[in-house]
Amino acid sequence: MNDVVIAGIGQTAVSEHWDISLRELAFQAIEKALQDSGGLQPQVLYVSNIHAQSLSGQAHLGALIADFAGMIGIEALTVEAAGASGGAALRQAYLAVAAGAADTAMVVGVEKFTDKITAEAESAIATITDSDFEAIHGLTPTSQAAMLMRRYMHEFDVPREAFADFPVIAHANGVSNPNAMFRRAIKTEFYNRAGIVSEPLNMFDVAPNADGGAALILTRAELLPPAFPQPLVRISGSSMTTDTLAMHDRPDPMDFRAARLSVERACRQAGIVPSDVNMFELYDSFSIYTALSIEAAGFADRGKGWELAQNDHLSLSGALPIATFGGLKARGNPGGATGVYQVVEAVMQLRGQAGDNQVTGAQRALVQSLGGPASSVATHVLESLN
Amino acid sequence: MNDNTLLKPSRSVGIIGYGAYVPRYRLPASEVSRVWTGGHAGLPIEEKAVAGIDEDVATMSIEAARNALSRAGTSPDQIRAVWVGSESHPYAVKPTSTIVAEAIGAVPNVQAGDWQFACKAGTEAIVAAIGFIGSGMADYAMAIGMDTAQGKPSDALEYTAASGGAAYLLGPAENALAVFNASYSYVTDTPDFWRRAYQKYPEHGERFTGQPAYFKHITEASKTLMEAMGTNPEDYTYALFHQPNTKFPQRAAGILGFNKDQIAPGLLVPKIGNTYAGSSLIGLTAVLDIAEPGDRILLVSFGSGAGSDAFDLTVSDAVLERRDRAPKTAKYIARRTEIDYAMYTRMRGKLVMK
Repeated sequence: MNDVVIAGIGQTAVSEHWDISLRELAFQAIEKALQDSGGLQPQVLYVSNIHAQSLSGQAHLGALIADFAGMIGIEALTVEAAGASGGAALRQAYLAVAAGAADTAMVVGVEKFTDKITAEAESAIATITDSDFEAIHGLTPTSQAAMLMRRYMHEFDVPREAFADFPVIAHANGVSNPNAMFRRAIKTEFYNRAGIVSEPLNMFDVAPNADGGAALILTRAELLPPAFPQPLVRISGSSMTTDTLAMHDRPDPMDFRAARLSVERACRQAGIVPSDVNMFELYDSFSIYTALSIEAAGFADRGKGWELAQNDHLSLSGALPIATFGGLKARGNPGGATGVYQVVEAVMQLRGQAGDNQVTGAQRALVQSLGGPASSVATHVLESLN
Repeated sequence: MNDNTLLKPSRSVGIIGYGAYVPRYRLPASEVSRVWTGGHAGLPIEEKAVAGIDEDVATMSIEAARNALSRAGTSPDQIRAVWVGSESHPYAVKPTSTIVAEAIGAVPNVQAGDWQFACKAGTEAIVAAIGFIGSGMADYAMAIGMDTAQGKPSDALEYTAASGGAAYLLGPAENALAVFNASYSYVTDTPDFWRRAYQKYPEHGERFTGQPAYFKHITEASKTLMEAMGTNPEDYTYALFHQPNTKFPQRAAGILGFNKDQIAPGLLVPKIGNTYAGSSLIGLTAVLDIAEPGDRILLVSFGSGAGSDAFDLTVSDAVLERRDRAPKTAKYIARRTEIDYAMYTRMRGKLVMK
C-alpha cells in the first residue's frame, strides 16, 4: 500500500452559528484546507455528517458541497457512522489514496444543529441508538451514558466526583483554542455543584452539541512539490470496528470492546503499542466515555481510567495528553465534524503548530472517534515525518 | 446613517402623565422550579406578578390609564387616541382599546386600536403617538403597554411571563413632565419568539433569543440613537432596557457601557417578572417616580420578531408636582399576595376542565 499523508487541514470555529448554513460551514473549512495545502486538487470528497437529513432537511451532501465549493464533477458522497463519522470518512479517504484509486482525497466534516430547537434536535440525536429497541422507549445517547456511568460507579465503587478531572482538563485546554466553543477554565468545585442533566451525569459531563466544519486533504508524499509548505504527517494506522448497536445486547457494557479492537488493529498496522503515542485525542462526548476509552485502549486497568486523570497525567504537560484543544467538552461536539476536528488538531500538534496548546515533542498521536457507546469506532495513528 | 435616522416630530412632544399597574399576586420562581424540576433549576428572577381571576389586559390598562390621567390632570375628552400594545389582548377580533377608551371617558372623538409587536407593542404605540401629536393632528394621545403574558407549563418562560404594564398620556412638550428628545427604531425579520393563531402558548428559539435577537437589536438601536444624538452612556442619569429576565438587561447595559446605578432603579424584573409589552415601560414609571428635573433617560424596548425602539428623554420640572397624584410603582410592587403553583394554574386558566 502507498504511504498516505495529511497535507491540508482547515476548521471553522465551533459555535452556535445561527447565521451560517450547513453548506457555508463546509465551504469555509474546505477553503482553509485547500489554502493550507498550497492548492492541492482532490479527485474525491468524503462528507462526514450525521444529522443533515433530519436537522437541515438535506440529504445528498456530496453533490451539494462539491457544487458549492466549486468542485463539480468529482466523486463525492456522505459517510455516516454516528459519532465515528469523522474517523470513518478519514478511513475511506485513506483507503482511496492508499489503494491508488485517487491521488488526492478530501474529507469534510460538517454539522448544523442550530436550525432546530432542543426537542427536535434530541429526536434526531436519538436516531443513532437502536430505534426499535432503545429510542422507542425514550432512550437518548445522554440517558444511555448516564446508565453507563451509574453502572461504572456501582461496579468499581467510584464516586461521581472521580469524573471531575476530565472536564477540568478539557476546559483548561480549551482556553487557548480560538476555535473552541468554551474558552473558560473550570474548577473542580464548579463540577461538584453543577446541575444534573441525567442522573448521575451533570452539565460538565456532557459535551455541547454545536455547529462546525473541518476538512482534511490526503495525498501521497511523493506527489507533493519539493517546496511543500507544511510539515508532513503520515497516517500509519487506520481501523474501523463495530459492536452491538443496542447496549442491552452487550455481555459486558463496561468493556468498549470495539474501541479495544480498533486500537489494537490501528497500532498493529503502525507497528507500535499504544504506549508509544505522545497524545490521545479521544472521544469525550460524555466523561464516562473518556474513562472507558482510556481503559479500552489499555492505558489503564478496568475501573481505573479515572485515576489516570489525577496528577496531571492527562494534561498538556503530562505523559498522555488528551483533548489537547479542549476535546468535545470545551471545543464543542459538532456531530459528524467532530472526528475531523480531532484529526485537524492532532495534525497541528504533530506539525508543531499548536501554539499554547503544543504537546512538547509530539511525534505520534492516537485519534479515536466513537459512534454511540463505541458501537462504531474509528481509530487512527498519525506520525510526524519530520 | 443619514439625516433621517432619528425620529423627531415637527413640534416637540412629551409625557403629560404616566401610570403603572401591577396585579397583587406573586408567584415565586422557586415554585415553578419546585413543580417542574424538583427545585433544581436556576432561577432567572425572584418572583413574578400574576393577574387575578377577574383581571385582563383591558382592566389592567384601565387602571394604568386612570393613573396616567390623574397625574396629567388632562380632561379625557381631549384625548384623540387610545392605543394599547399587548400580546395578551382578550379578544382576537375586537379592540381592547375601545374598552379602555370608553372606561376612561375618551370616546367618541378618538382613534382606538390595538398594537401587536411582541414585547415592543407598547413602545410602538408611543412612537405612533409622538408622530400623531408631533404632526399637530392631535394634542393628546394615550399609549399603553400591558400584558398578562403566557408561559407554557414547564417552559423556561413560565418562570418570568408576568402580568402588568404602564400607560402614558402624551402631549405637547410645554406641558410635559418629560420631553422626548428623539427616538430611533431598529427592526429586522428575526423569528426568535412567536405564537401562531389559535395557539395558547408561544414558542421560542431558545438561545437564539439572546445574541441574534435581544442583544443585537437592543445594542444596535441604542448605539445608533446615541451616535445620532452625539451622546455617551455617561450623559444619561438612567437607562432602561427591555427586561425579560435579570441577566439580559444587565448584560446589555454592560456591553453598551452603562453602570449598575444607571439601570438599577428601572430594573423591576426580579420582583415582578417580564411584563412583555409593559416591561420597559413600567420600568420607566419607576424611574419617573424618583427622577429630578433635568435628568436624562435612555429607554430601549425589545420585541421579538424582532425590533427595538430607543427613546432619549429629558425630565421636566412638572414631574415633581405630578408624580404624587397616583400610586407609585414601588407601592404596587410592595402590595403583594404570594400564591403557590396550584393557585397560579387556577388564576391563569391552566386547568382545563373539558
